[in-house]
Amino acid sequence: MQLTTKQRTRVDWFLTFLRIAALALIGAGLLAFIAQAIDANNPFARWANPDALSLTGKQFRDLVVAGLAQGAMYGLIALGYSMVYGVLGFINFAHGEVFMIGAVTGAVTSSKLAEAGAWESNFVLCLLLVVFLSMVVCTVTAVIMERVAYRPLRGKPRLIPLITSIGVSFFLQNFILVLLGPGTKSYAKMPDWLTEKRTFLEIQGTRILVLAVAAVAMVGLWYLVERTKTGKAMRAVAEDAEIASLMGIDVNRIIVKTFAVGGAMAGVAGILWGLLFNSVLHTAGFLPGIKAFSAAVVGGIGNIGGSMAGGLTIGVAESLGPLMILEPLGVSGPSQLRDAVAFAVLIIVLLVRPSGIFGERLPSEERT
Amino acid sequence: MTVTGDFPTTQGTSADAASRRRLLDQDWQKLVRAGGILALGQVFIALSGMPVNFDRRLLIDPILSLGYLSLIWLPLVVSYWVGREQVLEGMTAYARGGRDVLAGAIAGALGNAGLTLLVVGITHFDIRDPLVNWSPQLLAILHFEESVWLGAVIWPVIGAATGALGGGMHCASTRITRTAVIAGLTVFGAAVLESVITDLSQGFHIEAVSDWLYGPKRGLTYPAAIVVAVAAIAVMAGIWAYRDSAMRAGLVGSRQSPAAPGESDRSRTVWRRFISRRLLGYALVIAAVVVLPLFLGRLTNELLANVGLFILLALGLNIIVGLAGILDLGYVAFFAVGGYSVAVLTSPGSPRFSPEMPWFGALFIAMLLAGLVGLFIGAPVIRMRGDYLAVVTLGFGEIIRILLLSDWLSGTFNGAQGITNIPGVEVFGLATVRGFEPRSVLYLVLFFCAIAIYVSWRLENSRIGRAWMAVREDETVAEVMGVDTVSAKLMAFVTGAVLGSFSGAILSAKVGSVFPHSFAIIVSIVILVVVIFGGMGNIPGVIAGAVVLIGVLGGPNQPGLLQEFAEYKILIYGALLVWMMLQRSEGLIPSVRRAQELHIDEMNQDAWLRAQAEADDATGGGGGNSSVGEQP
Amino acid sequence: MSSVPMLEITGLHVVFGGLHAINDLDFTVDEGEIVAVIGPNGAGKTTFFNAISGMVKPTEGQIAFEGRSLLGLDPNKITSRGIARTFQNVRLFANMTVLENVMVSQHCRTGQRMVDALLQTRRFRTEEEQVRARGKEVLGFFGTRLTGYRFDQPASVLSYANRRRLEIARAMATSPKLILLDEPVAGMNPVESAELTGLIGKLRDEMGYTIVLIEHDMSVVRDISDRVVVLDHGEAIARGTYAEVSANPQVIEAYLGQSAKGS
Ligand SMILES: Nc1ncnc2c1ncn2[C@@H]1O[C@H](COP(=O)(O)OP(=O)(O)OP(=O)(O)O)[C@@H](O)[C@H]1O
Ligand SMILES: [Mg+2]
Repeated sequence: MQLTTKQRTRVDWFLTFLRIAALALIGAGLLAFIAQAIDANNPFARWANPDALSLTGKQFRDLVVAGLAQGAMYGLIALGYSMVYGVLGFINFAHGEVFMIGAVTGAVTSSKLAEAGAWESNFVLCLLLVVFLSMVVCTVTAVIMERVAYRPLRGKPRLIPLITSIGVSFFLQNFILVLLGPGTKSYAKMPDWLTEKRTFLEIQGTRILVLAVAAVAMVGLWYLVERTKTGKAMRAVAEDAEIASLMGIDVNRIIVKTFAVGGAMAGVAGILWGLLFNSVLHTAGFLPGIKAFSAAVVGGIGNIGGSMAGGLTIGVAESLGPLMILEPLGVSGPSQLRDAVAFAVLIIVLLVRPSGIFGERLPSEERT
Repeated sequence: MTVTGDFPTTQGTSADAASRRRLLDQDWQKLVRAGGILALGQVFIALSGMPVNFDRRLLIDPILSLGYLSLIWLPLVVSYWVGREQVLEGMTAYARGGRDVLAGAIAGALGNAGLTLLVVGITHFDIRDPLVNWSPQLLAILHFEESVWLGAVIWPVIGAATGALGGGMHCASTRITRTAVIAGLTVFGAAVLESVITDLSQGFHIEAVSDWLYGPKRGLTYPAAIVVAVAAIAVMAGIWAYRDSAMRAGLVGSRQSPAAPGESDRSRTVWRRFISRRLLGYALVIAAVVVLPLFLGRLTNELLANVGLFILLALGLNIIVGLAGILDLGYVAFFAVGGYSVAVLTSPGSPRFSPEMPWFGALFIAMLLAGLVGLFIGAPVIRMRGDYLAVVTLGFGEIIRILLLSDWLSGTFNGAQGITNIPGVEVFGLATVRGFEPRSVLYLVLFFCAIAIYVSWRLENSRIGRAWMAVREDETVAEVMGVDTVSAKLMAFVTGAVLGSFSGAILSAKVGSVFPHSFAIIVSIVILVVVIFGGMGNIPGVIAGAVVLIGVLGGPNQPGLLQEFAEYKILIYGALLVWMMLQRSEGLIPSVRRAQELHIDEMNQDAWLRAQAEADDATGGGGGNSSVGEQP
Repeated sequence: MSSVPMLEITGLHVVFGGLHAINDLDFTVDEGEIVAVIGPNGAGKTTFFNAISGMVKPTEGQIAFEGRSLLGLDPNKITSRGIARTFQNVRLFANMTVLENVMVSQHCRTGQRMVDALLQTRRFRTEEEQVRARGKEVLGFFGTRLTGYRFDQPASVLSYANRRRLEIARAMATSPKLILLDEPVAGMNPVESAELTGLIGKLRDEMGYTIVLIEHDMSVVRDISDRVVVLDHGEAIARGTYAEVSANPQVIEAYLGQSAKGS
């Protein structure tokens, strides 16, 4: 076979250099970490960071579980990005705010329920109610958003809806700010039996709950997309909207449903945020939103399973990365760099494997 | 496409009685929907706290405060929208009349019924827990500190009245409505510009003017408002009259010389006119900009300096987004690089490395660094899809902020405490620019704005500028037409980065300190809104955008004229961005570059076209001539 | 003339997923020729152009222009070697003016730097003048259709036929040796089409360009092409003069088979 070697430009060389440098840094950090784990006094560990403290097995497990729990939340948000990108081909920047609205809904309803005394006595039922309400609110938000801001822009170049969604994002954020004020909105106190660490493998109960809820939501979504008629139509529209409409699928309705499903998942994720962090601010949606988008890209945008996997990857990476890669290399205060690590994962993945780890599934005209 | 605005088309369809609709022949569904939307909007505005927070800011002294205005404008807009009907080609436009007024009134009344519900709701329930503005103060404003009854009844009435006004705007000719709208905006502007006008009149020693215009509570006085409105109307009338005579002259001129005038001949006359009008205008503007600061007080100079900083930033981003079409959401990174390099290099308080360089030397290094960072950020993202690029640049912007904030680099950048004690700018021993002398800062900013304008203007009309535009229009085709798109895009990044570093450098000298939180992502977004609002790719547009938005609302960390809006700034920026994208994606001042040189004067072009059409057999199908920003 | 053909393509394959868009194609063009490429819809003609101009990577095969390989070059490098093209679905720079459209495509023939533009050096001004003059000259090739006030109109307001003309002008402005025209007269009425056919002849006879064109309009092909190559399913099924090709049973089969399937 004829070799069609591409002639490399300076930019290509620079990119290659960046790729290698990034991977080398990660490699060096991991090696140093392993060196420390084996023997904190061996010269390699000393050389990289004389004061580094290795992680104990228990700490490591806690970090992984925390990362997984947060990653599951990112994964649920990522679904919304991924599905909308699959169907409409643009990044719905405001999806993170939908998630934030879910979390705020949860805070308000849970504290109201606690005021009424139902939260303590009937936790499971209340939690279900809160999740349900949050899903409803988020679905409605997402659908209105689609109707008002995105539908009129169908068929425009994709940067136009993207810019619009940035506007929507800041609008929603400040919508909540001016309505509910700048203070933190706290969740009602979780019952002790949940927060105590006495459960399985000494893992905090809330984290298990978070993972369980995420798993249930994922299974529900999988069922919807793979087994129902609506799901089939969604996949058809994602593959080629024009042909789908020729086949008698009402594309507009499917798009609305896509937004609705994405919104519902963001609603669930919002409650998970509440379970994990107990309070929420109007700005809470921004960073998780971007990280979730990163998760969608890492998993291969348009790929539903990939989104969840990407979310878990990002979650674990930002939880372990600072301590396993940065600290061994002598970076002080590494946990402040969590967010930077999440962004770095996105950048590195796009540099090394632009179509994500599990491959993109995009409509034909979006592929480049 | 809508009907051309300049010609009074809707007015005179010689109302034959058959096409005049009957009063009650309404599109009820549309009315109810509009009313519902309006109700939601009004309740949101009320609960957002605007009426309460703006109540003390009077616009027209005894009668109208900004707070009440916030509850009145939406019914006007919605009822105008209700009456709008699209007149497509070949459809006969219905004669406008009482029906439109009624439609507006109904929508307005329905919408404001939302406020009635709110009044009743606040008196009976207390849900202040989540909704912070569900308060007695709001209630007091809503029922004019009278009874609940009054509050419940009066809002639908107000709604009906404003709605009738809004709907009624369709009945008058375009000219009248335009004049009315402009008069209203002028009065609003005069009220809003209170501090600037007071400042100016003090500078020119004509305090009497501002004393007469404004009452003790900063609002326009009653008579002053009327005078301002009348003056605005008079000016508008003058403009219409001038246009009419110019149009008549143009038509006559074309009739006198039916043959197509030779091109060189034509361009010479136009050129002369170009010099006389444009150049004179520019000269006046420049003179005004140079002289005016001398007469302005601290506050206004400070405000203008902030505006100038954002003009600088917006011009830089305009090269990246507007010309090259690369959506860079991390533009703040270059701002930060400029600010922090100058801070580190000039401040004696810089922790690790403190050469205490003079500002201009530091600026030079800051430019170099910004250019390098531009290359470093640009190279990895340049091949990405446009939307991925947006998110990744945003990520880079955040990473830079996080690093500046981190303990890891706090040895150099001092973490959240930032770098303080940044000295002012020594201008070659002639003068010192310091933050507490806003006028000196303003001149510095103006100087760099002039540079940025010159650079943008020159580059736009050069090889690289055309390459950028080609990349923006269609990257693949640009590549196939021989443009090295990768290096063109990188150049755009670097140029934008260098311009961005200017304003960072000025900021640190102006404020005397830099903190990581001054470089949050919202700064990027606000700059983007400025560029988009003004008109992407268009220098005057971008400047106008910065003046209007930053001047009135303020930047993310800088106050504007309406300081009351501080809380609502970002909300408004967000809404504005959405609205611009939906309604006017070409921006406030659409790029007029196509009407260059030969076509300064629309009338001339039309005359020439007409002559051409007569001479030509018109096979080319040159119908759409003067439509400037039309989409393909 | 030299013994090397201007464009020499051997054993070209382009595969998209499982689809063999171009299958083992050999193709040569000599300097000064007008070669027509015809074939039913989806035969791979546009893909063939895309491969030459560097927009798709050939899976296999060799493309040489004036004896040097084009493989692995970015499209802009190929253009600066001297190959220009137009697009089947007209792709102008819609929000740039007519004149700017032809000015920007002289990019690879000019060398001014940003500093020149900023300092308004002599070099900048002379070059800018030349670029402008050359642009006007190229536009003048189409009579008065694209001149005068049209210079400063955005390309988006042009009529369809004028857009097609501007596309050709834009290709000419890159100062190529070889021009690839993808269905230049598609969508034009017979009068316009005949006029453009004449102009394409002039492009070769007076301006000295070598031309490869894709065309469905057989009268155009008959009138101006020296040679015809027929593609079907990515393979060259016939070559020769128009008369030879049009009598070829395989070609008739390809076209008829197509229309039989279609109906
Ligand atoms: N980028 C691509 N990815 C996948 N398939 C492609 C791509 N480009 C072209 N094809 C396919 O290759 C085949 C040949 O397409 P091509 O456009 O070359 O045909 P053509 O001969 O130009 O047809 P027409 O006369 O309709 O212009 C078609 O089946 C098309 O779908
Ligand atoms: Mg084709």
